[in-house]
Amino acid sequence: MNVDGVKTGIVLDHIKAGKSREIYNYLGLDKLDCAIAMLQNVSSTKYGKKDIIKIDSDIALDFDVLGYIDSNITVNIVKDGKLVEKLHMELPETLTDVLKCKNPRCITSVEQEITHIFKLSDRKKRIYRCAYCDAELKG
Amino acid sequence: MENIRHVINITDLSVDEINELIEMAKDIIAHPEEYRELCRYKKLATLFFEPSTRTRLSFEAAMLELGGSVLGFSSADSSSAAKGESVSDTIQTVGCYADIIAMRHPKEGAPIAAKQRSTIPIINAGDGGHFHPTQTLTDLLTISREKGRLSDMTIGFCGDLQFGRTVHSLIDAMLRYDNIKFVLISPEELKVPEYVRDHLIEKGVEWKEVYTMEEVMPELDILYMTRVQRERFFNEEDYVRLKDTYILDMEKLKTAKEDLSILHPLPRVNEISVAVDSDPRACYFRQVLNGKYIRMALILRLLGIR
Repeated sequence: MNVDGVKTGIVLDHIKAGKSREIYNYLGLDKLDCAIAMLQNVSSTKYGKKDIIKIDSDIALDFDVLGYIDSNITVNIVKDGKLVEKLHMELPETLTDVLKCKNPRCITSVEQEITHIFKLSDRKKRIYRCAYCDAELKG
Repeated sequence: MENIRHVINITDLSVDEINELIEMAKDIIAHPEEYRELCRYKKLATLFFEPSTRTRLSFEAAMLELGGSVLGFSSADSSSAAKGESVSDTIQTVGCYADIIAMRHPKEGAPIAAKQRSTIPIINAGDGGHFHPTQTLTDLLTISREKGRLSDMTIGFCGDLQFGRTVHSLIDAMLRYDNIKFVLISPEELKVPEYVRDHLIEKGVEWKEVYTMEEVMPELDILYMTRVQRERFFNEEDYVRLKDTYILDMEKLKTAKEDLSILHPLPRVNEISVAVDSDPRACYFRQVLNGKYIRMALILRLLGIR
């Protein structure tokens, strides 16, 4: 199956197979009016199978979200049909307003308009903790 | 706002700073007259979004003994929080009236939210089951005064070690001193959480978990008692059996060292027999008094007066 390459835009490559829908939702891609292609279970020499998202517009992406969901993702920036930048994601130190703390005793459960912040506490185990109550981020 | 100093967790203070606060508290005890006017014209706001008579009175007594004034509220019902105001807005408003804030809030992390917009120093006086740094400072001052040191000792924690925030905080604080051995006395159901155990392992200190205080009593230099809470148990029989195990009485103290120091963050229910109160090894009411002195030192420090 072939999908046209983007002329000016972004290609998210090496997404873990099955994760593209999650990324689509987290990045709010449904709100864009440009062409977006979401390819699932594409053959990959490196991973066996992978997902790819092609965005036909030069938008600002939240790299922290991408790094948190899947730090193996490669972000390819394309301009005038040429690859101008290739970025490799990594687990971010801080996640701001990406996820909400589920601890019902946390101040974030009652305060309106509070900034939801999680900090990376163990890179090896990929554990994030709420910056307010220290509860471990789950799900 | 970046250079305003807040104390939300005990780890916001370095070991050197803690030692300085302890020394200042001892100096206040020795020379109270030198401190009587240091906070003249300064105001402490005690913002207690949940009731806590003991801690609030300790802060207020501390400020009054420094010559300062106090204002504030003692429950969320009597504050604008009842009208739905955010913690952040309350703090910014109070910053217009006072020089320093002591706040207690039932929600964990509330003082962290508060400090983001605060124009004056905030002392966390307890945020739910999370942090209570001035209790830990109180405990450290008490140990220092009773023992004359904060290193080279065996400290036993007894009771509810799973939900007792004062225990977790004091363990973290004592891990920063040399040659401390930890003895954790609790039922299986109320052992310290995994992260506390991880801290002990990471630091490579000597520690053990036991089920009865009798088996370790002769080893202890400090015995830190806590209350076993009925609501933590699924089985009433277990609760009754264990609560009786952890009642400290004169009989259990027979094998204890002559210079053992018994601490308790209070309030006590029945875990320490009243007969123990008159034993010189019982430190828990002296501990309450120490709480006032260490809070005086902390207020002075955060206001930049000393």
